[in-house]
Amino acid sequence: MSKTGRDLLDAARGDVPEITAEEVKHTVDSGAEVALIDVREPDEFRGGYLPGAEHVSRGFLELKIEQVVPDRTTPIVAYCAGGVRSLLAGQVLQSMGYQNVKSMAGGYGKWKDLGFPVQVDKQMSAEQLNRYSRHFLLSQIGEKGQAKLLDAKVVLIGAGGLGSPTGLYLTAMGVGNIGIVDLDVVDMSNLQRQIVHTNDRVGTSKVESAAATLTALNPDVNVIAHEERLNRDNALDILKDYDVIVNGADNFPTRYLVNDAAVFLGKPIVDASIFKFEGQATVYHPAVGGPCYRCLYPEPPPPGMVPSCQDAGVLGALCGTMGSIQATETAKLIVGFGEPLIGKLLMYDALKSQFRTLKIRRDPACPVCGDSPSITELIDYEFFCGLTEAPAGAAANGH
Amino acid sequence: MAVTVRIPTPLQEFTQQQDAVEIAGADVKEVLANLDSQFAGIGQRLYDEEGKLRRFVNIYVNQEDIRFLQGEGTAVSDGDEVSIVPAIAGGL
Repeated sequence: MSKTGRDLLDAARGDVPEITAEEVKHTVDSGAEVALIDVREPDEFRGGYLPGAEHVSRGFLELKIEQVVPDRTTPIVAYCAGGVRSLLAGQVLQSMGYQNVKSMAGGYGKWKDLGFPVQVDKQMSAEQLNRYSRHFLLSQIGEKGQAKLLDAKVVLIGAGGLGSPTGLYLTAMGVGNIGIVDLDVVDMSNLQRQIVHTNDRVGTSKVESAAATLTALNPDVNVIAHEERLNRDNALDILKDYDVIVNGADNFPTRYLVNDAAVFLGKPIVDASIFKFEGQATVYHPAVGGPCYRCLYPEPPPPGMVPSCQDAGVLGALCGTMGSIQATETAKLIVGFGEPLIGKLLMYDALKSQFRTLKIRRDPACPVCGDSPSITELIDYEFFCGLTEAPAGAAANGH
Repeated sequence: MAVTVRIPTPLQEFTQQQDAVEIAGADVKEVLANLDSQFAGIGQRLYDEEGKLRRFVNIYVNQEDIRFLQGEGTAVSDGDEVSIVPAIAGGL
């Protein structure tokens, strides 16, 4: 015997207890554990939702709820626009074994009428909704996470082997503001791995070439050109406006400079380095208790002791592997999903197709981020790395 | 007592391009000394003139940095993995 919509609704009302908007507010304000699940359609959610609510459309409920609420004993309050669909959704949740499910009577409409606070995310255009639709399907990102990416400010140190793939993926993912620091021009020998540049741009500025590619890929992204070499005079000023620093420098002085400046500014570095067929990646973030570059390598190698890629070579696609890891770690830091590579050194051996992870720790005796730091301002990094005979004087600017 | 020593790319010129070698020894110091006698020249890339480990080279036993264990006195046992991890700067 077929049932009417009314029959199904009556049955749901019998199964799923209701809770008033006032009671929900009280529960949330008390800090009691509760999962607020908004079961409306995406465009309704976009118009505003209860602060702290997770969006799981009724159509995706069975498929996504276990990611959002893994524990079947967590109390759930489901709501929709008027309190009808959430009853039907509540019934589904009960049948999946959720033990404490309630439906908010009157739904979002009632909540709003009572003048309770609502949250409205950044409004996205139709094009953005389409462009980032695969991110919206990931419960760890969703529209909230995408909004964070669009608001984020990330700076790339170098538009070279690592900066190219990292910049391309950050752009494709919709990181809204991307700074690029580089003074070089595109050389034919770069194109084997620096995939942000093209053949017809040989001889032109790397920053301009990268900006042209990135802007063509995603018009949402604002590219900020820093056509200069990072040094002790400009580093703090350039880096201070960014949320995350992505390091793809090809030399030790810049790596120590970026590290020290990031420690002083309290900002994370998503770091990678490459050599022949081998890559290393980690996230330095002393502000949250992780180590810095100097905790791992207190002193640089003497000049000539460690050969450079220019001398020893590097596999083009290795840059893509390590750059993609940097882009992934950057997105994790901005959105706040997964476990960032803080305190872990990821090593990739392309010849053996092997990844390994080593633990790295904050060194309490670290001269920059340790308990009693001896370095409290930027120093002469060329001298520190043994590349010049004597430290540049305090007045020696702009060389 | 033999452990596997992981050789990083920049030092593989000393080990006939091998990325891992089996070396005997009871602690890290002994393992690295035996490594140097088997592959001449690698030791001076690990130790400075005063015989101290260079600060841009980290030695791990399994997943841990020996600086946070017992340094070069860290004991090793059969099947352990000793990794040499030098700073590399390549990015461009």
